[in-house]
Amino acid sequence: MSNPEILLKTPLHDLHVELGARMVPFAGYSMPVQYPAGLMAEHLHTRQAAGLFDVSHMGQLRLVGPDAAAALESLMPVDVMDLPVGKQRYGLLLNDEGGVIDDLMFFNRNMADSANGGDLFLIVNGACKVGDIAHIQQKIGSRCRVIPMPEMALMALQGPQAVTALQRLAPGVEKLVFMTGGRFTVAGCDCFLTRSGYTGEDGFEISVHESQADTLARALLAQPEVKPVGLGARNSLRLEAGLCLYGNDIDTSTTPVEASLNWAIQKVRRTGGARAGGFPGADKILAQLADPAVTLTRKRVGLVALERIPVRDHTELQSTDGAAIGEVTSGLLGPSINQPVAMGYVRPEFAAIGTRVNAMVRGKAVPMEVSAMPFVPNRYFRG
Amino acid sequence: MTVKYTEDHEWLKIEGDTATVGITVHAQDALGDVVFVDLPAVGTVFAQKETAGVVESVKAAADVYMPVSGEVIEVNEALRDDPSLANSDPLGAGWFFKVKLSDASQLDALMDETSYTAFSANA
Repeated sequence: MSNPEILLKTPLHDLHVELGARMVPFAGYSMPVQYPAGLMAEHLHTRQAAGLFDVSHMGQLRLVGPDAAAALESLMPVDVMDLPVGKQRYGLLLNDEGGVIDDLMFFNRNMADSANGGDLFLIVNGACKVGDIAHIQQKIGSRCRVIPMPEMALMALQGPQAVTALQRLAPGVEKLVFMTGGRFTVAGCDCFLTRSGYTGEDGFEISVHESQADTLARALLAQPEVKPVGLGARNSLRLEAGLCLYGNDIDTSTTPVEASLNWAIQKVRRTGGARAGGFPGADKILAQLADPAVTLTRKRVGLVALERIPVRDHTELQSTDGAAIGEVTSGLLGPSINQPVAMGYVRPEFAAIGTRVNAMVRGKAVPMEVSAMPFVPNRYFRG
Repeated sequence: MTVKYTEDHEWLKIEGDTATVGITVHAQDALGDVVFVDLPAVGTVFAQKETAGVVESVKAAADVYMPVSGEVIEVNEALRDDPSLANSDPLGAGWFFKVKLSDASQLDALMDETSYTAFSANA
């Protein structure tokens, strides 16, 4: 991965270079970590106006066939079958121990009507996509067609003015609400777009054929509200929004319940629900949901430092009397709130909001307080 | 007045037996927006190459090494209050600390501006 000669390029690579981006290896791709404006300015611009992110490294795939929804449900503790047409949902692929193989978004593009092109459309993490596709193919490839879409680019337009900019090019997108989407022609490009994102702001994620990606990106950047934003600000924006980064905050060693992602497990898949269990690791996860006090050994929490000292990934967390209680999994100085924020795992007895803990930074105790997330209020458009 | 540079991308402005130390334009550019600095306590004596401070951007943290042996005699309190000075004026108002040299011969092995420019171009 670190050999620049074997890095893949997204369809927007030349545009990034032209815009003066600093390119870094990420998930096997050469990706823009920041543009000349810099991480801080890009972050703040996204919160104030609109930022355009290239996320074409992420994996896009279709599941096609009458049994696709039931098949996908066998891999995730999530309600797939009842997701209405035109709606998107967050999902978690689990291993047999209930650990998270990846987190993903899935969208019902009229999946029941696969005879006429309907499908379940999935977006998975770039660093996981090869493994995810192999896993899905192996587990449910006999029940539905698994069709990777490497020919598709993906970009995100995020921020309070994203809708203003996009509706100028594609009238009608303003009618979409959070976690819905549809097909639109944007600047002459055929797009499938959803009103969703990874910043906590209103915004859109836009899937477009690689041959039209450059045209679309330039048309979006030509809007006065829009500036390019790199992966650096994408990370600080998502952390302020309290959203997990796969590989940092969740991985195969963490269950959804430990990760405080209970909201992603709908009632219908829980004990007593019509389709309870039937996903990998169900025994463990249903037990954790039923009796967290007994079964959980750690829990993901938000943390705010009480001094202006950034607390980074892998920093040890201690109780105020010096006992080891956990570790920070993501941390930085939140550019919008100008305070160090983090998330990490602590023993459950330290997970209550307001609990005082210490982060051990260079041998010194930095006081932190367990905090509700998001750190910056979400501004999703719900109509 | 002489200015010297280290391979760790620090600069030293030497006046008599005192050196003012900061990070270079190249270093602040590589780090990005500086949001935090940890400065040594005045009066602390460091050997050359010991960690004397930390500089952090949103995306990364880097140690600041003592470029020459000596005692810290002053730190830049303004930088503590406004770490972005390390970006906006790295060679001036963004200085980190002043050190009283205990072995001036250590300066001989450091780079001059021409050497550093060539070094950082390849870094």
